[in-house]
Amino acid sequence: MAQHQVNYLKDGGLPVALTTIDKVVNWGRSNSLWALTYGLACCGIEMMASGASRYDFDRFGTIFRASPRQAELMIVAGTLTKKHAEFIRRLYDQMTEPKWVISMGSCANTGGMFNTYATVQGVDRVIPVDLYLPGCAPRPETLQYAVMLLQQKIRKESANKSQKPKRLM
Amino acid sequence: MRAYTPKDDVQKKPYYTDRYWVAPQVAKSDVSEDAVFAADLEAIKAKFEVLDAYIQVEQMVVVIHAADNFSVLEMLKNELEYTQLSELSAIDWLAQEGKFEIFYQMLSMSKRKRLRVKCKIGEKESIQSVEKLFRSADWSEREMYDMFGVVINNHPFMKRILMPDDWEGFPLRKTYPLQGDEFAQWYEVDKIFGKEAREIIGPENRDPARVDRYDTERFARLGHEVPRGADISQGEPDTPLVYQEEGGVFMIDKFDAEKSVVISDRDR
Ligand code: SF4
Repeated sequence: MAQHQVNYLKDGGLPVALTTIDKVVNWGRSNSLWALTYGLACCGIEMMASGASRYDFDRFGTIFRASPRQAELMIVAGTLTKKHAEFIRRLYDQMTEPKWVISMGSCANTGGMFNTYATVQGVDRVIPVDLYLPGCAPRPETLQYAVMLLQQKIRKESANKSQKPKRLM
Repeated sequence: MRAYTPKDDVQKKPYYTDRYWVAPQVAKSDVSEDAVFAADLEAIKAKFEVLDAYIQVEQMVVVIHAADNFSVLEMLKNELEYTQLSELSAIDWLAQEGKFEIFYQMLSMSKRKRLRVKCKIGEKESIQSVEKLFRSADWSEREMYDMFGVVINNHPFMKRILMPDDWEGFPLRKTYPLQGDEFAQWYEVDKIFGKEAREIIGPENRDPARVDRYDTERFARLGHEVPRGADISQGEPDTPLVYQEEGGVFMIDKFDAEKSVVISDRDR
């Protein structure tokens, strides 16, 4: 019979881990970021590539959902037109708290090259943004890095209910 | 509110004119040079008044009265075998002539010829729809209305096609500013938050290259993060870029080459 020393105080010794509620909740939140599919233009292609097998977002726990009710991360990938601004706001409002937004690409950040009458000059005019991702279009690695930064940000937050939801105004 | 500057004469005042510039003209030739077109023109002239006709780049251009547009196109389709309407739109000549030029680009597959019908209407006038003859005219005419404000009579669904239904102004007119008039610039704010939010959200930043180095409300420099709104004019601390936090993440192990097993036999 094999005999071995079990160190009960180290993790793995027992199926018990000692931690704080904040840490557990944030660990759960940051590793199951379900993203709303929000490809609006060419950046959407890069976002899809990040989700597909070569870059494989699933290993971050980021799984694309087609419904705002099941999503807590909105990756705004592409050009937001003024006609669509109303709907992005409506979908953002339908997402459950807590929720985060990554603005992906120059168009979503500032309107990008579309300095015209029909493009919203940055999604932050309509919804609060957590992370701006530069590039036209950002490569999938950049988006992965953005998600990892967002995970770090989430792990630093307090998981308490008293955390106020983000508001533009 | 910003001061009003009139924008209805921009077409008359080009910001730069070269004294020696002569706009190149596409050469026009007489219709009699092409037997097929000459016969077509005769047929049109027999029934309608033709204001002008010529050949340009091997295509015949026929200028007619705007009131005849439906019957001329009907004749072209049913009698002269121009069975396709490939394009239809308007050109803004409001500043020069006070008129829109409307053109219909026709194609005959059997004759292998293209023909363009043109007519002019005033700003407040309307034109007959040709949607009954060519289904392709449906969206083209809606777009013409959306972009130029040309009103179409007898169209089955006269609505904007590209811009939102509650949009004001017609963006492809020469007098429409590229970055939008006041309505366009505040459109999304007015619609979502209401006019009173203009003060809070502020005007659009139309300079995409603008970066305020010391703005910590909107930007956090990667590797130099500070709390939101902090004053960094005296320099900011370094926060090293890491892929995982110090000490790793709870319940997630870092990859360790020492502890891992390399599978060399894939069939095992
Ligand atoms: S930032 Fe570039 S790639 Fe992305 S949507 Fe805009 S134009 Fe397309």
